[in-house]
Amino acid sequence: MAELTYREAVAAGLAREMDQDPTVVLIGEDLRAGGVFKTTKGLFERFGPVRVRDTPISEQAIVGAAMGAAMGGLRPVAEIMFSDFYATCWDGVVNEIAKARYMSAGRLTLPLVIRSANGGGIGFGAQHSQATENWAMCVPGLKIACPSTPGDAVGLLAAAVRSDDPVLVFEHKALYGVRGEVPDGDHVVPLGRAAVRRSGADVTLVGLASTVPMCLAAAADLAAAGVEAEVIDLRCLVPLDAATVLASVGRTGRLVVVEENPGQLGWGAAVAALVAEEAFGDLRAPVLRVSGGNVPLPVAKELEAEVSPSAAKVVAAVHRALDHRRVAPVP
Amino acid sequence: MSTDTSAGRAAASGAAGDAHPTPDRNEGLTSADLRDLSPADQDLRLYRAMAFVRAFEERVETLYKQGQVRGPAHLALGHEAVAVGVGAALGPQDRSIGTYRGHHHALVRGTPPDGMMLELLGRAGGVCGGKGGSMHVLSVEHGYLGSHAIIGAHLPVAAGLGWASQVLGDGRVTACFFGDGATNIGAFHEALNLAAVWHLPVVFVCENNGYMEYTPIETVVPVTYPAADRAAAYGLPAITVDGNDVSAVREVAVAAVATARRGEGPVLVEARTYRHSGHSVADPAAYRPVGEVEAWKERDPLAVHRDAALARGGDPAAYEAVLPQVREQVAAIARRAQEAPVPDAADAWTDVWSDGSSTWRS
Ligand SMILES: Cc1ncc(C[n+]2csc(CCOP(=O)(O)OP(=O)(O)O)c2C)c(N)n1
Ligand SMILES: [Mg+2]
Repeated sequence: MAELTYREAVAAGLAREMDQDPTVVLIGEDLRAGGVFKTTKGLFERFGPVRVRDTPISEQAIVGAAMGAAMGGLRPVAEIMFSDFYATCWDGVVNEIAKARYMSAGRLTLPLVIRSANGGGIGFGAQHSQATENWAMCVPGLKIACPSTPGDAVGLLAAAVRSDDPVLVFEHKALYGVRGEVPDGDHVVPLGRAAVRRSGADVTLVGLASTVPMCLAAAADLAAAGVEAEVIDLRCLVPLDAATVLASVGRTGRLVVVEENPGQLGWGAAVAALVAEEAFGDLRAPVLRVSGGNVPLPVAKELEAEVSPSAAKVVAAVHRALDHRRVAPVP
Repeated sequence: MSTDTSAGRAAASGAAGDAHPTPDRNEGLTSADLRDLSPADQDLRLYRAMAFVRAFEERVETLYKQGQVRGPAHLALGHEAVAVGVGAALGPQDRSIGTYRGHHHALVRGTPPDGMMLELLGRAGGVCGGKGGSMHVLSVEHGYLGSHAIIGAHLPVAAGLGWASQVLGDGRVTACFFGDGATNIGAFHEALNLAAVWHLPVVFVCENNGYMEYTPIETVVPVTYPAADRAAAYGLPAITVDGNDVSAVREVAVAAVATARRGEGPVLVEARTYRHSGHSVADPAAYRPVGEVEAWKERDPLAVHRDAALARGGDPAAYEAVLPQVREQVAAIARRAQEAPVPDAADAWTDVWSDGSSTWRS
């Protein structure tokens, strides 16, 4: 067990996969220099220029080359520096990578990963702060992993690299400095399996990446007030561990989904709809969402905080859910 | 390479890496098929390959007009010499990749024409299982890695295939076909630059047919050669060639493939050609000046090659026999496809993921 920061865990996870499998190669901008978030630090020195390839600022080329390399026998891990930049190469991701297997009736296999720094909270502004995982969730054919801890940064990356399906890994840039335990040896977190980070009987909180520590902070506050919240870390949007969410709601009867992407069409809406459709009878209160605001993300700390989810907003939502029981049932 | 090698699929699509023409491969060819033939036999073989594409596309046009083809169909009538000339320069292990106008490239690499026809008609057993259609035909087993329908998107993919060959040292070259219209999209420029700066074994082949959909290319490009004139900016050697002369295309393709295979980096070939029909079968192509089609048909790639071969002493009777023969072959292929069953509706739910399923949640 080593204690690493989330950013160190990404580099360590990449190194573990490259050690294990000589066909794992990296492609992206500034990798040799360690990456702007220092998530590829030391890898060029260790694995050399054939396996760690710096590219020009050509996101379409990065994504397309990763696809071609995967078709040609490699397991590429591409980096899109900020997930906002997916907009410049979304065609390759959505129209090519996501559809190749299906359109070829299974004859093309794309074992590739695209990693990206996602999300806000550190004042990077509207073009470098978006939580874009919901963009990907609209597209059948992409798996989506969003680690919330250093351990998962390694474990989900391992599963993603070894998967024969294309996986987008959204690393949260506000978590890069967070420290946590990373198991030694071969640590793999299977895709599509949520983690129950805290058990509780009163309300289910569902979070992803940055909103998981937020939910845990809210749960701690709520516990002080005598409310026991169960915190589920989804870890992946696709495959989605609906069973874990439904089972938890079956026990608690209340659900608050906490998502960073804009609520006007965030992944939380999909989770809420699923629970409404399949666990309506279990619900003792309306499903509530705490979402990112439906505005481009501003920079000043107070403005960014105003439109971002927070532990305090989660606590407030939980109280609204709990207050619902005081409304007399319709006779 | 990641391919499905399950018995059923292998049987439907021909053996992987099969270097020699079999009835199943039909008129597809590679450099290996031509190597041991006399020059006269090579001429005839090239002609047969072009004629087969011609017959296939003519039949698709007819079937489309009868409402039997599902979705659009973009024909390669007039483009035959580009596909066959480049195909003749590729070895069986090499790869190619192309666009929605890709029937000719698929056929030349050896993709089973029965599987293609089934796919076009939306019948069971198509090369894409009914999930691709005319615009996405492919045969991984024959090294034709797909027809891609977003302009320019597959050029970076070709670079990636070249990158894989470079890393793995597998000696393969990738040929990437695209239209004149693709030269104005960002992916073209990103891919050329990346391939050049990484010295990737890729031959980029522009099939310049003078039109991007309904618009003459010269109205949107300020240079004479939309691909070749841009290649210089990326340090890429560029060769322009008469795309209606299969021998000329083959000659430059052989040189370009050799350069790429030696590790000297990518080469761009711009082949000037013309499509005899509209952009797709649905397009009457009324925007073309009177007499233009006729002028180009004077230089029909099949006729150009036949005349040259006959001038070199080829047997006129042998050439006479080819088109009727392949037309009959293709008619039989079409009949079989028309009689084939439709796909099982449940197939719509397979092949999203590597476990064969489309399950996205528990
Ligand atoms: C990105 C994109 N823009 C527009 C289209 C619509 N479109 C399909 S084919 C085509 C013309 C392409 O011309 P060219 O590259 O010269 O190929 P050709 O059809 O002549 O073989 C256009 C505009 C598309 N498929 N993709
Ligand atoms: Mg064109």
